[in-house]
Amino acid sequence: MREVDLEALLPRIVKAAWETLVMLTGSFLLASVLGLLLGLLLYATRPGNLLQNNITFTVLNFIINIIRPIPFLILAVALIPVTRALVGTSIGPVAVIPALTVAASVAIARIVESNLVAVDPGTIEAGAAMGARPWRILFTIVIPEALGPLVLGLTYILVALVDATAVAGVLGGGGLGNLAMTYGYQRFDWFVVIVIVVLLIVLVQSAQLLGNRLSRKVIHR
Amino acid sequence: MTTAIAFENVSKMFETNGKKFEALRDVSLTVDHGDIFGIVGYSGAGKSTLLRMVNALERPSSGRVIVDGQVISTLSEKDLSVARQRIGMIFQQFNLLYSRSVYKNIAYPLRLAGLPKDKVIDRVEELLDFVGLGDKALAYPAQLSGGQKQRVGIARALANIPDILISDEATSALDPQTTGEVLDVLRRVNRDLGVTILLVTHEMDVIRSIANKVAVMEDGRVIDYGTAYEVFSNPRSATTKRFVSSVLHHQPPADAIARIRSVHRGRLVQVHLENQDSSDPFLSRAARTNGVDFTIVYGGVNELQGQLFGSLTVELLGADAAIEATIADLRAATQVTEVPRA
Repeated sequence: MREVDLEALLPRIVKAAWETLVMLTGSFLLASVLGLLLGLLLYATRPGNLLQNNITFTVLNFIINIIRPIPFLILAVALIPVTRALVGTSIGPVAVIPALTVAASVAIARIVESNLVAVDPGTIEAGAAMGARPWRILFTIVIPEALGPLVLGLTYILVALVDATAVAGVLGGGGLGNLAMTYGYQRFDWFVVIVIVVLLIVLVQSAQLLGNRLSRKVIHR
Repeated sequence: MTTAIAFENVSKMFETNGKKFEALRDVSLTVDHGDIFGIVGYSGAGKSTLLRMVNALERPSSGRVIVDGQVISTLSEKDLSVARQRIGMIFQQFNLLYSRSVYKNIAYPLRLAGLPKDKVIDRVEELLDFVGLGDKALAYPAQLSGGQKQRVGIARALANIPDILISDEATSALDPQTTGEVLDVLRRVNRDLGVTILLVTHEMDVIRSIANKVAVMEDGRVIDYGTAYEVFSNPRSATTKRFVSSVLHHQPPADAIARIRSVHRGRLVQVHLENQDSSDPFLSRAARTNGVDFTIVYGGVNELQGQLFGSLTVELLGADAAIEATIADLRAATQVTEVPRA
């Protein structure tokens, strides 16, 4: 192993960590909002639900099913023109946020939908029997009852996004994954790789810990 | 008595995958204010469908459902949400909101009705005391036992001071001890708060312990109907008889008769006891005046709604003519059926 030049390395790691955090939080926040809306729309337009609409449901369902199986690498490359139009460049952490957001949104939409569908129909019926109207039932019964598993599902997406930022980083986003690629894959500097892997592990662990805590707060089971 | 709930020629047709299923066939029933009305039947008899029409969770294919003078079966969704606040409902699986504390579960219908927050606090406290859960306001449903969960369900159903409480197999998921506790609460709901209760169950024990009126359902029809005393003491249909014999054991089942027969080879008669002037010793008098002996080989006497009824199976021993005369005397006093020889 070669001599480690910590003085030169440290600022690079800090910069890369910052880039990763920008990609992660930017895409996660955007995808949470978009995914939540999409998921709610999917749930509400399902046959028998309050906004029952076969066309909307089928179209949404179809789009999500098309996007989800595309490997993120290919999706990110394919979205470069869109990114250029939106951000003006395809280089830098902000430039990969659209691609990350698209991938994460559709996954979150599915998680939201399935958790809402899984809510005990008995509680919904109890709400109706008490005189609650459908919209009220959605916001005061269905969503709160689904919140615990929903938080865990979002945590899962957050962790998956850490993985995706590495790919996005190599494609021009920068960040820890890109740094590990340059030092490890191209220069065989395993020390840097180990430092970065440890950092990523810490990041993932803290995200999971936070998610677990949060879900426990809302589940009460 | 005024009518609380009236089902008028109610039919319900379900259609799944092109297959039609008639859940209710021309059901007419009335529940009076103050009743604890029990509907009993096996699963699939249509009793839950009928119950769910009271708050229009289900609407009839034909016929009408009238609750407190209002035709509920044709009400718009908007008017329905108001009407439903006057009809409490409890469920087999409790259907509490697990993301909310006991307090917030009971507060939910009060907030729906638009009660101000300070009044909500007082009312929830009152309700918790009524169901005996004064110390559980901050607990979450998952921390409660089944009986406690159902009591929260009852408190929630009573929140907006309903006239009517409907109960869909509310004790079917509970053990006998807890069932008793929940039935005690329901009895107080009826007696102290004057709430009319319509309950559906497959447990005849529940009917026996709290209902004053009973309807028996089978295949979407009401096949037997009357006061609890009438139905229990004089079950008309085979199904009703089966239900009654599941809780009252005064009639010997076939295998018991066979065993009795192997020992008692004389004539066996079942003497029906109902509305008897309890001071009249008609059985021993009939035997004595005819010079006949008797042995009680099976039987029992039960009390329901303050009235006694039952049946005794006795073996008559003596000369043929004397036994014949005894049976004639007994028939003059009550209903007698002879157990045929094997």
